[in-house]
Amino acid sequence: MSFIQVRNVWQQYGDQTVLENLRLDIDQGEFCALVGASGCGKSTFLRMLLGQERPHRGQILLDDKPLVAEPDPSRGIVFQRYSVLPHLSVLDNVALGLELPRAPLLGRLFGRAKAEARTQAAQLLRRVGLDHALDKYPSQLSGGMQQRLAIAQALIMKPRMLLLDEPFGALDPGIRKDMHALLLELWQETGLTVLMVTHDLSEGFTLGTRLLVFDKVRNDPQAPGAYGARITYDLPLNLDRRATREAVAALPAHVTGALKTA
Amino acid sequence: MRLINRKPGPSWRISLAMLPFALLLVAYLAGSAARLAENPQDKLLPSVVQMADAVERMAFKEDPRSGRYLLWDDTAASLKRLAMGLAIAAALGLSLGILAGSLPLFGAALSPLLTVVSMIPPLAILPVLFIVFGLDELSKVMLIVLGITPVIARDLEQRAREIPAELLIKAQTLGANTWTLILRVVLPQLLPRLLIALQLALGSAWLFLIAAEAIASTDGLGYRIFLVRRYLAMDVILPYVAWITLLAWLMDLGLKRLTRAAFPWYEGGRA
Repeated sequence: MSFIQVRNVWQQYGDQTVLENLRLDIDQGEFCALVGASGCGKSTFLRMLLGQERPHRGQILLDDKPLVAEPDPSRGIVFQRYSVLPHLSVLDNVALGLELPRAPLLGRLFGRAKAEARTQAAQLLRRVGLDHALDKYPSQLSGGMQQRLAIAQALIMKPRMLLLDEPFGALDPGIRKDMHALLLELWQETGLTVLMVTHDLSEGFTLGTRLLVFDKVRNDPQAPGAYGARITYDLPLNLDRRATREAVAALPAHVTGALKTA
Repeated sequence: MRLINRKPGPSWRISLAMLPFALLLVAYLAGSAARLAENPQDKLLPSVVQMADAVERMAFKEDPRSGRYLLWDDTAASLKRLAMGLAIAAALGLSLGILAGSLPLFGAALSPLLTVVSMIPPLAILPVLFIVFGLDELSKVMLIVLGITPVIARDLEQRAREIPAELLIKAQTLGANTWTLILRVVLPQLLPRLLIALQLALGSAWLFLIAAEAIASTDGLGYRIFLVRRYLAMDVILPYVAWITLLAWLMDLGLKRLTRAAFPWYEGGRA
């Protein structure tokens, strides 16, 4: 069975229908780009995957089990803004993800456990190119660096899927390109399932292995809220990358292990 | 250049800041001199020399009756009450604010209560405090606590609500439970705001302190002022008021500096 199964999901607020009858299967390791006009429910869909909202009807299965109805470490998230904690340094922002699950009482680690968490966090931060800014506060970072931090923060949890809600919407084009490269590298290294909402079609085409277009098929001018959006196009993209990924996945584990460390 | 576009330079800024104080001082000295020239026994606007004498008597000479230095004793007594009141109010206000602001179930129960309680004029229940807690220290501290806790709690509740939902969700994806989420995300973000709330509540805290001391006390700055009022001792009252003002101003400055030193991320984080 597929990794994520969306079974006839509807979402409505009051009499405003946002999504109708969504049916979708997503395999492990796919990079889905979710595009569509604003207000067409792509972010709503992402919030349901995150557990921030519950479907009005239907259900979403992760590995054949119903999705946990509140945010948890199995799903990483990067928002467009407010993704990082302003009161923690760059290093602590990432180390926090190692501290919280292990310290349910105090929320922090001490001594060697703390040092280990910080070393591990520093390694990941080097990978995203933030090793020069470990002691800075997020407000001292540029927008692009803040989003690098937010991605590192999500990845330290080794989530089962990474959800991105217009993560690069506020960045200027040059920086955005760098971020695309970084994100693709990380996706290739980790084999993570990624779902990314974007309003930039070309971004969706560049990054995704699958493009999902959300749109309203039916529209009643007398009752604008009566019908919701569906997925109108489901396009496989970047088949070469998808094939590479599948080929790598088919290799025996000891070979892929060697590849990943190389 | 239009007035709205003219800004003072650094040296101008200092001179302009001094100017109103200097004018007030000159006006007082002139008034005092004129009244004293007419009637040397006048008590309403004492001269600088008379006030200096009073300060000398209150601060640097033993009181003949008690053998104590009254100004310092009064100051210590008042500051102790104020500090206890502020500390208890800060702890209570912070706890209530976090509960009401970040846990919707608690907020539903607490918010309306806080709104109503903050409307009770604290001085109106001062007699109740005297009856319940006696005339000792406790009732004075309680007046400060009851007077400023609702204000601090409501402010922090509001600030807790303003923490972006994204941050709370992010922390949950990082493995936080409700308790550690409050401990590591909500609390540290509210602490600088608590200091600012305290700074704003300082004025009311002093008001309640002086009021409580004026009504029932045997020492304290407020007690002394209301005691010597019987003898029209303006030469004592005015220096005491200046001293209280100085103390309050220093506390305000201290809180401001502390906020900046302890939470370097705060000012930048608001941009």
